[in-house]
This record gives sequence, structure tokens and C-alpha cells, in this order.
Amino acid sequence: MTFRSILRQAGAPQAAGEKPLAPAFAGDINFDQIIEAVTAGRQEYDLEEFFHSPLLERDEILYRQEVMRDLERDDLSACIRTFSARMAAMRAHLRQVEKMYFQLQKERWFLEAAATYCQAAQDLLRALAGSAPGSRGLRAFQDCLARYVGGEAFSSLSREAQRIRKDLDEIRYTVSIKGATFRVQKYDQEEDYGQAVARFFEKFKQGAGKDWGARFHEWPVMNQVEEKILTFVSQLFPEPFSALAQFCARHAAFQDGTLQAFDREVQFYLGYLEFTAPLRQAGLPFCYPELTRESKESHALDFFDLALAHKLVPAKGRVVVNDFRLRGKERVIVVTGPNQGGKTTFARAFAQVHALARLGCPVPGREARLFLFDQIHTHFEQEEATVNLRGKLQDELVRIHGILAQAGPGSLIVINEIFAATTWQDATIMAKQVVARILDLDAVCVCVTFLDELAGLGEGTVSMVSTVEPGDDQVRTFRIVRQPADGLAYALSLAGRFRLTHGQLLERL
Amino acid sequence: MKAFLMHRDQDFDLKAPRPPQAADLAQDLGLPALAGAMAKGDKFLLEVADKVLLRSSRDLDEIAYRQDILKDAVQFPELLRTAYVLTEEAMAGERKVWRTRVNHPSLVLGDAIQLMDVVVVALKGLRGLADAHGDRVRSEGLRRLFAMLRAELDDAYFAGINQHLKTMRSPGRIMIAAGLDEGNKGRGYRLCTPRLQQAGWFRRIFPRRSGEFAFTLDPRDENGTKALAELKDRGLDVVAKALAQSADHIFSFLVMLRTELAFYVGALNLYDRLRQLGAPVAFPLPVPCHERRQDLRGAYDLGLVLDQGRKAVGNDVRMEGVGLVVITGANQGGKSAFLRALGQIQLMMQCGLFVPAEACTGHLCQGLFSHFKREEDASMTSGKFAEELERMSRIVDWLEPGAMILFNESFAATNEREGSAIARQVVEALVAKGIKVAYVTHLYEFAHGIHQQSGIPALFLRAERPVDGRRTYKLEVGEPLPTSFGMDLFRRMFEPEPVAGPGES
Repeated sequence: MTFRSILRQAGAPQAAGEKPLAPAFAGDINFDQIIEAVTAGRQEYDLEEFFHSPLLERDEILYRQEVMRDLERDDLSACIRTFSARMAAMRAHLRQVEKMYFQLQKERWFLEAAATYCQAAQDLLRALAGSAPGSRGLRAFQDCLARYVGGEAFSSLSREAQRIRKDLDEIRYTVSIKGATFRVQKYDQEEDYGQAVARFFEKFKQGAGKDWGARFHEWPVMNQVEEKILTFVSQLFPEPFSALAQFCARHAAFQDGTLQAFDREVQFYLGYLEFTAPLRQAGLPFCYPELTRESKESHALDFFDLALAHKLVPAKGRVVVNDFRLRGKERVIVVTGPNQGGKTTFARAFAQVHALARLGCPVPGREARLFLFDQIHTHFEQEEATVNLRGKLQDELVRIHGILAQAGPGSLIVINEIFAATTWQDATIMAKQVVARILDLDAVCVCVTFLDELAGLGEGTVSMVSTVEPGDDQVRTFRIVRQPADGLAYALSLAGRFRLTHGQLLERL
Repeated sequence: MKAFLMHRDQDFDLKAPRPPQAADLAQDLGLPALAGAMAKGDKFLLEVADKVLLRSSRDLDEIAYRQDILKDAVQFPELLRTAYVLTEEAMAGERKVWRTRVNHPSLVLGDAIQLMDVVVVALKGLRGLADAHGDRVRSEGLRRLFAMLRAELDDAYFAGINQHLKTMRSPGRIMIAAGLDEGNKGRGYRLCTPRLQQAGWFRRIFPRRSGEFAFTLDPRDENGTKALAELKDRGLDVVAKALAQSADHIFSFLVMLRTELAFYVGALNLYDRLRQLGAPVAFPLPVPCHERRQDLRGAYDLGLVLDQGRKAVGNDVRMEGVGLVVITGANQGGKSAFLRALGQIQLMMQCGLFVPAEACTGHLCQGLFSHFKREEDASMTSGKFAEELERMSRIVDWLEPGAMILFNESFAATNEREGSAIARQVVEALVAKGIKVAYVTHLYEFAHGIHQQSGIPALFLRAERPVDGRRTYKLEVGEPLPTSFGMDLFRRMFEPEPVAGPGES
């Protein structure tokens, strides 16, 4: 198996040279917020472009879904995380080398970088072999990594690094200080006075105790006394220090390009999974959608607005989940109903689910079968206060015309409040026209509107209505159970609400 | 070194969370008055009493262990009080040591030496008590504590402490051992033990070996001098930390000892007060939970005695295998007082104290809970009845088999029929699950229903109504009667009499 990238299959068409920009719909459906949250804390990997490049082919999406499923396994994601942490540590070490000017220090940091790198690669290989990934992507990478780690270049790098590190680690020396004079000698089994004191008072020990240790400023760079001492130490122990100098000269460029790219690209998966983890923990479902280009019969159950959930879950807010289903010739979902009923959220969530599906990500929802669309077009009201009504309507018509001109049978169109800037009658006529054209195009569409008439435009439209739950805030639902009317109904139903009936108590206790 | 006066093999944890329902239980049983009598104005005694009373032990052995220590305390009251004062003085001494906030080795070391001086005084005092009284006490707990003090803190040990303190007061010349970290800087700095036996300059203290490199800084080299001083501090740091921690540990031993002594000092205060008031106390005989045996003589409500300085009215009750006690009868007939006495006796017995009774045998319970009717409805959202149900539901979450729950006029915030139906459903389920219930109620339909037909082994007590309308506050065994003698109360309110009896709170 050849390996090209953990994001793209070997043999898939090469991506264009330039970095893709954020898609036009990103702001409308809060996809930009999702990307920002997913990539938060991973700035150094520059992941945005991956979220800006949707996949075209079903098999490519499957390729990513497989990898993502693998990484949902704790063992696999843990070993990748360990690998990435080591690679980051290695880069930090190399940055240290740049900052240093004392040769004996520069060399040591370089050694640490190389050793960390070797450990990262070896441990990852071992962990992958132990975890047996199922995805084509990770398996191909595993083969590629095995060949690299097994090669002579890597082996000698790793062997030498370990030996020199061990020799340096074993060095122990003493510094005796009296007045302005210090002497450096090899360590000779002198007793640890701190331990001796602790041992003497051992009988009083209770737990760990407060740490009275001073916080010394740990500058990575040495002061002149430390440099002098290190020079003396290198003279007391000449062999490991000369081996160190040779190592640095021999292995100036030790990093492998494939490994570096993997480290970056795999963050796409880790970032998304980390982002969704707290939501899953809060009980929100995610699923791998089935994608089809052939049919527009599609559905998603219990899907929700991911950007909104990301805000609500930490605040313990309730995330509303919804279903949609398009059957037969149904193409346009018309959402009407009272304000504050979650209509726009529904539309955004609908678009998000589709957009995420094309990235190969698991989507919000318990189950989903989705149409593999070409393009998402969104039409959201734009907040330009300075434009007069006619200007606003005109602007809207220009935009909607642009969308209809570009859209085709493979398009996904999301319209949020159309023609709100004109009379109800005019708006109805124009909006009907727009919907009719969308039906002609055979595109899939969600249209949020206050125009109830749009919901009944034939078998191509599906009407959905937002409802506000009645009842008081604390107890949203009252289950109605059958009971004989014996005059105790109220008190007993109250007791039942507090789970205090005889039967309930026997179960609880 | 451990005090172990509360548990045979572990420290008493003052920080442990209060058991669920602690606040309600304390209020319902009148524990503040009890804890107040134990504290006698001392805030710390109050805190400890407050915690211990609510944290029932479920271990017969442990209860006996504490009872024995308390018996010693009663016999030699000055012994534990003196020990308590010694620990108090150490607390006061520690407050005078301004522990540094910047962890600079020489400051930490200086503070640690000062604190050592304080705690050594307390330790010597305790050793003195152990020498004088170690052989006179009977309880396992005190014998162990005194034996430990004598064994661990012998004269040689005090001399050793002196030696270390002396060494650390003048750390002139030092040797530091170290290794290399991942950037070749020094790591793992350790101070080496000076060989004080050999006199002279440090070459003789740390004998010279072949292969050494030495360097002397120019006296005008300020940066170098600073760097060398910091290195020296790194060496001292480890030792300063060790001594400071050791002083902390000794101090926390004294803190623990003080905490555990506080319980017994509080108990002594209560004992003295009750003796003064002429109220009887008894060391109870606890029996295992499953025995379900209670034999109380002259059980009385401590609250009435402590608050009002009145003479206790004692009740005698014998229960064998009883799962439910239903208390009915006259208003202001001592029903609530008896319910509180039951609770107090249970809590006091299970924390190792004596109890408000002339004699007491009683089974342990796995947690005590109370559900008393609330005078006012604090919450705006739910009705009084709903509040009662909600409170009950919360308690149910905490109940386990072997628990005991005290109901006082519960579920009466609706009409008698509904209240009775719910009370019966709740009580029957609780008893079926092995939870002991004591229930003061006016719900005749409920009490009568249980009496007439239920498989529950129940005891029915009734507040008596003597012929002339005067109360005795004595409970007698008797089935529920349809009225609650409200007329008596009414008459009393409108035709006041010169001598008042204890009232229900």
C-alpha cells in the first residue's frame, strides 16, 4: 500500500496549489465559528485550509470517515496525541538550540530534539502495531512508518542519541562553595543532608505536606558560573562530551518529510474529535452519514446546530435536536412558525450537517443519509442599515438571481427570510417564483420564511413549523397516566411526581 | 505519630463533608443548644462538637473505644484539659511565626527553626503528662497515646533535634551534588551532609580528591557573586524544605491532637453542665443494627433542660424488633420532645458520648434523618405540601437499609385523607426496606389504619390526658384515639394557669 497523506488517498486528484479561502456560506451558517473552535489551540498546524476544501468523491469521504472512526478509539487517539506532543516538544527543543549561544548547551538541546523525535516515531509505530487500525489511511501510514523506522539511517540516529544521552544522564558531580571560591569534583557518595533531616523527623510525617521549595527562575540560558561549572564537568568527563559534538555534526537534518506532514494533517481529525467530545459527553449524538449522489431521498435524525451546541453545552443550556426527511420528489423544506422558535438554527444546522459530511467528519445527529451536493448557496438577510428599502430589495434580488444562475441539480440552497423588505403581497409572489425555480432546478433547499403560502407549493415542498412548548418552565412535560378517579388523584399524582408512591419507593430504596 | 483518639487507626477528618440533611437534622433535634453546651463559648470546641455529633459512627468497637476514653476523661478531667491547653499554646505560638510567603531558602529555614522551637515546647509538655499519668489511665486510646509519646520522644531524640537546629543556624560552608538536565544545566541539587567531626576549612570537611577544578570569582564581579549565591541557595533549598515540612508535620500532629481532644473537652463541659442541672446521663450500651432492640429509661429532651434549665421529664420505652413507632395523643403532651430525645440519644450514642437518659440500650442505625413539618414555607414556587414531598424525596435518595427516620407531623399540609394515604404509602415502603420509622402524627386515619391492618411490627405510644386536663408529659403505650385533645389546649390558652409545663417548640 502506498501512502500519500492521511487526509487524501493515494491516487486522488492533486489539490490546487493555492490555499483555498473560506467558502462564502461559512459566515451565514456559522461554519466559521465551528472551524475556529475546532482549530483553537492548534494554530501552529495551520488547519483552516483543510476545512475549506470539501471532498468531491464518495470514496474519498469514506477514506476520511475510516480514519476518523479509528481515531474515535481511545487507544489510537492516545498514541497519536502522544506522538504529536513529542513532535511539538522536539520543535521546542530545536527552538532552544537557536536561542543558545554556549556550545555545550546548544549541542545538548539538539541531542534532546533528536532523541525525542526518535522516541516519537518508535512509540507511534509500536502503538499502531498494537492497536491494529482498520482504516486504509492509518494502515498505509503504518507500513510507511515501519519502513522508515526499520531503515539504517533512523536506526543509527536513534542508537547514538540514546547512548550519549544515557552517558550524560549518569554524570554526577559536586560543587563546594566557600566564599568566592567553588570547586568542581566527581560525586563520591556524599550523603544527602535534606534526606537525613527528613528521615530524622519521619515519625511526624502526615501526608505530602506543603512544598516550601523555592521557585528559582529557570532560565534556559546559563549564567557565567554555570558555564564555568559545565566546562569543568566536561573536563572531568571528556568522552560523552566529545561524542555529543560528533553527533551534532553528523545528524544536522534528521527529520522526515512524510512524518512531519502526518503530524500536521492528523490534527484535522484530533481537533474535530476534541471539539465534539464535550458535546458527546453531554449526550448529543454524532453519526457518520451515508452519502449518495444518485438520490435526493435523504434524512437526518436528532441533528442540531453545532456552533450553538458548542456555546450552550458549557453553560448547561438545552440543545434542541430536530429531524428532517425528504422523500420521493420532495426538495424544498419550508420552515414557518413563531419567532424565537429555532427556525434559523434549523436552517443553519441543516447546512452544517451537509458541509461537515463532505469533509469526512461525523455529523451532528443520531442517523443521517445525505445528498452529496456540489455547492452550498446561502441567502441570509444582510444587515446594512444605511441602504433604503428599495436598495435592499434590489440587492436581495441581485443576490438571489446570482444564486439561481449558479445553482443546478447538485446544489444545496439555504434561504433565511426572503424579501422581508417589501410588502407581504409582493414578497409572496416573488418568493413563489423563486421556489418554483428551485424546484425546476431540482436543487435541495431549506427556506425559512414568514410566508406561509410557500409551504403549499405542491409535492416538491415539505412544510415544517416551529412550536413553542406550552407549560411552566420548571416542569416541561407532564406524563399522563391512567388512574381511577378516587379523589386522591391530585395528591397521589403529586407524590408520583416526586417519586414517592409505594411502588416508586420500593424501587428507589 | 498519630493521636488516634477518635478512631483506633485513623485521624479524625474535620474537613469531611457534613452528612446529607445535616442542617435540617441539627435544627429539628435542637443540636445547636447541645453543641453550645459542649463549646462553653470556645469557637473551636463548637466546630468540633458540631461536626462530631452529626457524624455517627457505625462501629460498635469504635463507640466503645471513645466511651472508654471519655470515662478516663471524666475520672481525670485535668489531664485532658491540660493536654488541650498545651496544644492551644502551640497554635498561639505558631501564629507569631510569620511564615514567609516568598519561598526563599534562608527565610524558609529561619521560620522553620522558629516553629521548631514552638512545637518542641509542646512536645516536651506532652511527654511530661505521659510520664506522670501514662500508667493511671485505663482506656486503650490514652494508654496508646501516652506510650507512644514516651517511646518516640525520648531524651536522645530531643538532643538530636537540638543538634540539627544548631547545624542549620549557621550553614557557612556547603557542598552541593548535582547532575545534568536536558539542556546540560545542573539538576537535582542536593546539599551534602557536613562532616562536623573534622575541624577546619572545607577541604578537611570534604576531603580533597584527585581531579578537581577550582575557580575564585573576582570580588568585583557582581553577576558572578549573585550567580554563586543562587547556586548556594539551590543547595540550601532542599534542606530548608525538609526542615520546614518536618516542623509542619509536627505542628499538624498537634493540630490533630487538639482536634481530637476538643471532642472530649467538649464532652466534659456538657457533663459538668448537666451535673450542675441535676440531669442524669448514662453511658449507653449499643447493640448491632439488626438486633432492633431499644430499652430507654428516663429518656429526656436535652434541649428543654439546657435551654430552659428545667427538670427533665423522662420516658421509659422498651422496643424489641419494632420497625415503626407511632406517637399520637394530646397536643403539648411531650410528643415532639420525645422524638427529639430519640434522635439525640441515637446521635450521641453513635458518636461515643453519654446520652440523656438514666439507662440506655440501643441499636445502631445506618444514618439518622428527620422530616419535621416546617412552620413557614421558605420557597415561593412550590406549595407547602409540595415542599414536604420534595424534601421527602431528597431524603429518600440518602436512605439505606438500617437507617432511622423521625417524622413530625409530616404530610399534614393537605387534607387528612390525602395526607394519610401518602403517609401510609411512604411508611409502609420504608419499613419494608428495613428503615426504622418514628412518626409523631395527628393523622388519625393513617395511625388508625396502620394499627388496624398492616403487617408492620409497630409500637403505638400516646401522650396521656389525665382527667383534670393537666399534662404529665409522659408517654404511655396505647392505640391512636380519634381526637388530639385540641380542646385542652384551647382551654389552656383561654384559661391560663399559674404553673406552665414545657411546650413544644
